[in-house]
Amino acid sequence: MKVMIRHQRREVEVRGRRRVREVLVELGVNPETVLVIRGAQLLTHDAQVGDEDTIELRPVVSGGTE
Amino acid sequence: MRCQRCRGDAAVEIRRHHAAFCGDHFIEFFDRQVQRAIEDERMFTRDDRVLVAVSGGKDSLALWDVLRRLGYAATGLYINLGIGGYSDESHRKTVAYAGAHGADLLVADIPREFGMSVEELARATRRVSCSACGLSKRYLFNRVAIDHGFTVVATGHNLDDEAAVLLGNLLHWQTDYLARQSPVLPSTHPTLARKVKPLYRIAEREAAAYAIIRGIDYIVDECPNSVGAKSLLYKEALNLLEQASPGAKQSLYWGFLERGRALLATQDAVTLRACVHCGQPTTAEVCAFCRMTERAAERMRVQRLRGAAAPAVAAPIGAAGAPDSGGAG
Repeated sequence: MKVMIRHQRREVEVRGRRRVREVLVELGVNPETVLVIRGAQLLTHDAQVGDEDTIELRPVVSGGTE
Repeated sequence: MRCQRCRGDAAVEIRRHHAAFCGDHFIEFFDRQVQRAIEDERMFTRDDRVLVAVSGGKDSLALWDVLRRLGYAATGLYINLGIGGYSDESHRKTVAYAGAHGADLLVADIPREFGMSVEELARATRRVSCSACGLSKRYLFNRVAIDHGFTVVATGHNLDDEAAVLLGNLLHWQTDYLARQSPVLPSTHPTLARKVKPLYRIAEREAAAYAIIRGIDYIVDECPNSVGAKSLLYKEALNLLEQASPGAKQSLYWGFLERGRALLATQDAVTLRACVHCGQPTTAEVCAFCRMTERAAERMRVQRLRGAAAPAVAAPIGAAGAPDSGGAG
């Protein structure tokens, strides 16, 4: 599957069917810091994703000093 | 994972509440949390006119949206900070939301009104950008609110923001700041609007989920000046704790509100008076914002006299006068 890591401005290819949680662990991304989106749908961490999918990791952490 | 309300496919898991919801039931959850925050902390009622500080980001647009849906009289205030493409994009997103939802929007423009961007103000006064930016925003939130008859200013600070500020204050035992950290800062002067944070029960991840489920097009990219900000380091640390121990952020901040802040409350009332230059509330003769803009103007004037290359000044710098505002909805 294609994984678009928005905040790192890069795309990676991950092979094989697995759960979202496992994809995040493999990529070293803390699940608290992103939402995972497929199409227009939010995915929970137990959702299955496969080779045919494109998913976006959308960062949720923002802020300066204010 | 199933929605705990309807057993349909869940869209959002909230580990700290041992809950998961589909899109519709997540919105219900979100609404309840915001309504509870407003009522528990007595932030405002449906009779108040609320000015919502809107940056075009997920938190402030989600806040504006939920307040309007819950039946509150919420007008947006967008402040153009003059931060290049970032400001242009955030302005576009804010105006697009207002237009699509028929929401009232006021716009204040720092470069147009004060002759330079917040970055130029920061450079000219040797401040870090976030400091000049924060001072400018706080000043304009209050001034626009008072000038336009709003009693309350609402900002999109969420649970993660507040927990990160609290952690920073605790690391340095800044007891003055700790005593003042609250989802509600009351008005203590006729020209000081009440400040409220209705998203303090909402995690940052939940605010983003709300915006996505509601179809709100927000600016995802971060302000270029926030790179390396201490608050991001604190959030990273808190998210590591949260991952291992769901509810850590909530426990830290809500626990502080329930048990910590009372221990730190002081009886020292700060006496506010009107700034002699702009009339805004201040503890000094001249407020910090006027001091900053006047210092910046003087420095620019000296640079011009020396013939140094200085950024063009579009208008005389002064603190008086209403901001450029207009309905964009």
